[in-house]
Amino acid sequence: MTLQVPASETAGPASETRRRPRPLGAGPGSPEIPAAPPRRRRRPERFTRLLFVAPAALYILAFFGYPIVKNLTMSLQEYTTKTFFTGEAPWVGFANYVSVFTSSLFTPALWNTALFTIGSIAGQFVIGLALAVFFRRRFPLNGFLRSMLLLPWLLPMIVSSATWRSILDQDSGILNRFLGSIGLTDAPIGWLTDPSVALIAVIMVNIWVGIPFNVALLYGGLQDIPEELYEAGALDGATGWKAFWHITVPNLRPVISVVLVLGVVYTLKVLDVILGLTNGGPANATQTLAVRSYQESFVNFEFGIGSAWSNILILVSLIFAVIYLRANRRAVDE
Amino acid sequence: MTTLNLPTAATRRARRGRLSRGTSTALGILFLAIMLFPIYWMANASLQPSGNTLTAGIFPFTPDFSGYERAIADQGHNLLTSLIISIGTVVLTLLIAAPAAYALAQFRFRWINVALLVIIIAQMVPGVVIANALYSAYNDLGLLNSIAGLILADASLAIPFAILILRTSMMGIPPAIVEAARIDGAGLIRAFVSVVVPVSRNALITAALFGFLFSWSDFLFALTLTTTEDVRPVTLGIYQYLGTQVSNWSAVMATAVLSSIPAIILLVLAQKFIAAGATGGAVK
Repeated sequence: MTLQVPASETAGPASETRRRPRPLGAGPGSPEIPAAPPRRRRRPERFTRLLFVAPAALYILAFFGYPIVKNLTMSLQEYTTKTFFTGEAPWVGFANYVSVFTSSLFTPALWNTALFTIGSIAGQFVIGLALAVFFRRRFPLNGFLRSMLLLPWLLPMIVSSATWRSILDQDSGILNRFLGSIGLTDAPIGWLTDPSVALIAVIMVNIWVGIPFNVALLYGGLQDIPEELYEAGALDGATGWKAFWHITVPNLRPVISVVLVLGVVYTLKVLDVILGLTNGGPANATQTLAVRSYQESFVNFEFGIGSAWSNILILVSLIFAVIYLRANRRAVDE
Repeated sequence: MTTLNLPTAATRRARRGRLSRGTSTALGILFLAIMLFPIYWMANASLQPSGNTLTAGIFPFTPDFSGYERAIADQGHNLLTSLIISIGTVVLTLLIAAPAAYALAQFRFRWINVALLVIIIAQMVPGVVIANALYSAYNDLGLLNSIAGLILADASLAIPFAILILRTSMMGIPPAIVEAARIDGAGLIRAFVSVVVPVSRNALITAALFGFLFSWSDFLFALTLTTTEDVRPVTLGIYQYLGTQVSNWSAVMATAVLSSIPAIILLVLAQKFIAAGATGGAVK
């Protein structure tokens, strides 16, 4: 579980500065300046060093540590609108969790979260890898096109959601008009209004949002594979798909595992896309753990139940975080 | 690798030879066009005459700017709010992250591995968890509906990323140049400001740009930590539009275009910094 940091980093330069008390000018001609002044500087120095990290430490404690602890305690309390007026939040044990587990939305939300995550990651990864491999070719405008490809990732997600909502509109959206005009569909599809396709539509949009990130990371990984391997492979007859499976994939494996696990952790917490497109509807077809948590807390003002949902979300994320750290350590090792 | 370039050019061409460079460029443009079509469509729809239907043509032959008039009248103030919050987030992020990154890169602390682990985990905490807890805390502290409250919350999107990316860059600073400043009598803080900061300029710009974009794109904190219209970032403005008046698509899309401007400007003007950030924070 520990993070791998090369020894050279930790035994870094700072120690050297500290261990070399003699200033350059202090030659034999100045015996009255021994190692004393630097040593006197040493204790305030340690304090100054702490000043460098103190703001960040305090911030992380307040904006990451506190929320995690607060979610744990709130999930054991009856924490509602009333609490904000009376200041009272009675302890209720695991009642909030019971109401989550017995909620008719628990299984659908869990299932949708799994489908949303797996579908998004699979789509982003396959298309992202295909584009990354494509951009390994050398051709004019390569760099320019590759950086323009980042645009969907840099736009505010709510902007993308709004845009896709207009594209996916059942009656006048361009997608249905296009599908209809080429005769692929008889009747317009209710992308965001039909419970049986809404999740697919939401996944589609999230794939679009995630492709640039996948391309960027995978392309970086591909660039690190030495060209000689392909040349040696070509001599043995490994070209095209063979080269992809026997050279690209094995060498890219550390990067692939990092991309996949990081993708899962980031996708689990996606909220903007779903709220902007469907708000969890139609007929709860796009409810996920994150959406449930948001709606219980900020729509129903049941913060206790909302934090119980989000603790389940944290638990799932944590499992993948551990996998990520292991994958990342392996990536550093190799 | 460079020494091998000449003799291997032929093999390389054999491996990738089936498509000419021109065809590759054409394919690349096609892929990009498909990926960016929604963004084109957003711009196209924003130039259509306002109305509740989306009967937009493929090209805005007769561009109509009434959507923009409406967007600026409704959302101009919100755009300004977003801008102030984003700039505030950048300043706060750099003030907190830069010294910490330097410390993690160059000081010999025993608990550096633990600190890095905490930062990586922090990046993974779902925003809704933070929002759940901050709402009641902000309620007590009077930070709901305030610019300061949103700046503080938005910094949570940027600080872990900034620390990681700045640390990676600051690990490459030769200790000798800092030491030289120290010998000239500069204290640790002085040396940091006058030597480390200028040397890390590029990484600082990358961290700042992403801090800006993260904050500008924030929707969740805007949604949960404001309850009135006093302080309303434009992302929330768009969401409100979507809820109440999809009757006027051209205004919604015009607002979407206006909210995309920072990302587009930064991508065009600061390409290399964006590219550095896209890969830097995630793996390292």
